[in-house]
Amino acid sequence: MTDETPPEESVVADEKREALLADLSEHLGENLVESHLRPHEDLWLRVTSESWQDSIRIAKSAGFEYFGFLSAIDWEVAPEGRYEDTEFDAGLDEEDDEPVEVDSSTGYGGGGTRFQILTQLNSLSQQIGLLLKTDVGEDMTIDTIRDVFAGADWHERETYEMFGISFRGHPTLQPLYLPTEFEGHPLRKDFPLLARQVKPWPGVVDIEEIPEHLEAQLEAEVMAAFEANGGAS
Amino acid sequence: MTATSDREQMAYISSQAADARVNVELDTGDMTLNIGPQHPATHGTLRIACQLDGEQVITAEPIMGYMHRGYEKLCEVRTYPQCTTLINRIDWLGSFANEVPFILAAERLMEVEAPPRAQWIRTILFELSRVANLALFLGDMGVQIGALTPVFFAFRDRERVLNQIEEVTGGRFHPNFDRIGGLKDDIPKGWIEETRSVMIKMRTFCDEMEDLLVGNEIFQARCRGVGVIPPEVALGYGLSGANLRASGVDWDLRRDANPGLAWDQVDWRVWTHPDGDSFARYWVRLQETREATHIVDQLLDGIPSGPIMAKVPRIIKVPAGEAYLSTENPLGEMGYYIVSKGDLGPFRVKIRTPSFNNISIVPWVMKGVYVPDVITILGSLYFILGDIDR
Repeated sequence: MTDETPPEESVVADEKREALLADLSEHLGENLVESHLRPHEDLWLRVTSESWQDSIRIAKSAGFEYFGFLSAIDWEVAPEGRYEDTEFDAGLDEEDDEPVEVDSSTGYGGGGTRFQILTQLNSLSQQIGLLLKTDVGEDMTIDTIRDVFAGADWHERETYEMFGISFRGHPTLQPLYLPTEFEGHPLRKDFPLLARQVKPWPGVVDIEEIPEHLEAQLEAEVMAAFEANGGAS
Repeated sequence: MTATSDREQMAYISSQAADARVNVELDTGDMTLNIGPQHPATHGTLRIACQLDGEQVITAEPIMGYMHRGYEKLCEVRTYPQCTTLINRIDWLGSFANEVPFILAAERLMEVEAPPRAQWIRTILFELSRVANLALFLGDMGVQIGALTPVFFAFRDRERVLNQIEEVTGGRFHPNFDRIGGLKDDIPKGWIEETRSVMIKMRTFCDEMEDLLVGNEIFQARCRGVGVIPPEVALGYGLSGANLRASGVDWDLRRDANPGLAWDQVDWRVWTHPDGDSFARYWVRLQETREATHIVDQLLDGIPSGPIMAKVPRIIKVPAGEAYLSTENPLGEMGYYIVSKGDLGPFRVKIRTPSFNNISIVPWVMKGVYVPDVITILGSLYFILGDIDR
């Protein structure tokens, strides 16, 4: 996805964010891959993975000194699907006017690789949030930002155990939640959710559509009950 | 000496051994002390491995994961309405407040906005969750320093707030009431008046806590100047909520990043304290609880009429996109980063919980404190274990 902006974005101008974005992109220079701006929402920036640590430093010196979180996204589509491919669910898609296509693109602000790191920072003086993203290459390694924001320490450890992404320069890269002998990285899409494989998910019933011939009848019942209670409360 | 008999020889040997034992230099090496996983001060199953030198803590390393439930993974295999069931159980003392940022983020992706009445009732329930949650903290902090009375007061008065939440939502702890596009139901008849009287009681409760604890000499001696967190450290660790404001940082998402709820419609203020110690954290939460009751009072006066549900399809499919939205929850900033691919459920949900960041400062703040202070600092940082482990 490139820098295409939906038409309504340009209508509402957000000068504060635009000025900040211009300032940041000037400092980041070539390291800035793409940026998105939607009025009154967090700024979205994607930077090159080599400049990850520097970009965070630049953002910090630009006023984004409040650390929010750091995590990763696995853009691969899970091989097991969403465990919803029951007979019932298949029927549901057919009734739909617009069948949902399986989208393997990497979404808004997405990258070119399977894994993507994202972090959120805040500027207290400007009251603006910033979402920084970068791609993680084949070597599954990225520089730590622990030296810039001390709070990133645990977030990087969590990302390390959940996605298997290592952080260069992190002194204590040990699992945070999982036991040391645990194998695999649970938040990767190819890590199967055992509970769903053992037993089918009963929750699919939750999205059951009311059959058409019953719809009018149910509606009437609800309205009758409503009026019996004295109408509007 | 010559041993004349076996008996004398044995006596000689044992006396030598006793001397040797006394003369061995006393071992003054470090000691490892495990606080938790089952300890009343850890509100759940947080374990803190402390390395002690005498009474002083050299390092303190929280060890978590005893309660990790994998909500981020589970959200990926559920539909959006089903996710709120899980999300309720993150911070189980202020459940309704957990649902709101998730629903708001999904609404932002769908470009749906809940009608004003729903937004107001959401805000009221949000603030009621805050009162219920913080009330327990206000009493519980007393227990950490050995004052048992406040916690009974807290449980007694929190119940009143929970009753009000239950009357609207049907659930004391896990309301599961917020829906994409609005709320499940409207508020029942007579509820507004009842809530108003409960708010008066909660203000009395705050006064009681002020009398019992804030003015108490022992409480002050145990909390003042203990566990001081300077503002720049707090920001670097991403502390949020009252922990951040107690360090003198004037930042409240309700005011600074209002995502559409009714906070900007009422008159209230953000409380900060310059000290950054355990006492400041208690004091700020006490003021916030009181402020929340005033917010609820004002909101109750002006609930707009109208529908409580916007027009949304029965089967909710969120358009592809990404959104991050956070609100000022009782514990601090709680946010959800939702990645959607246009399915029935989210593709990825990153849950940014306040307690995770708030507790990540423990290794820093515990360095060099004395063992009894570990408990007061932990208590004053105020975390819910479900909020750390998710």
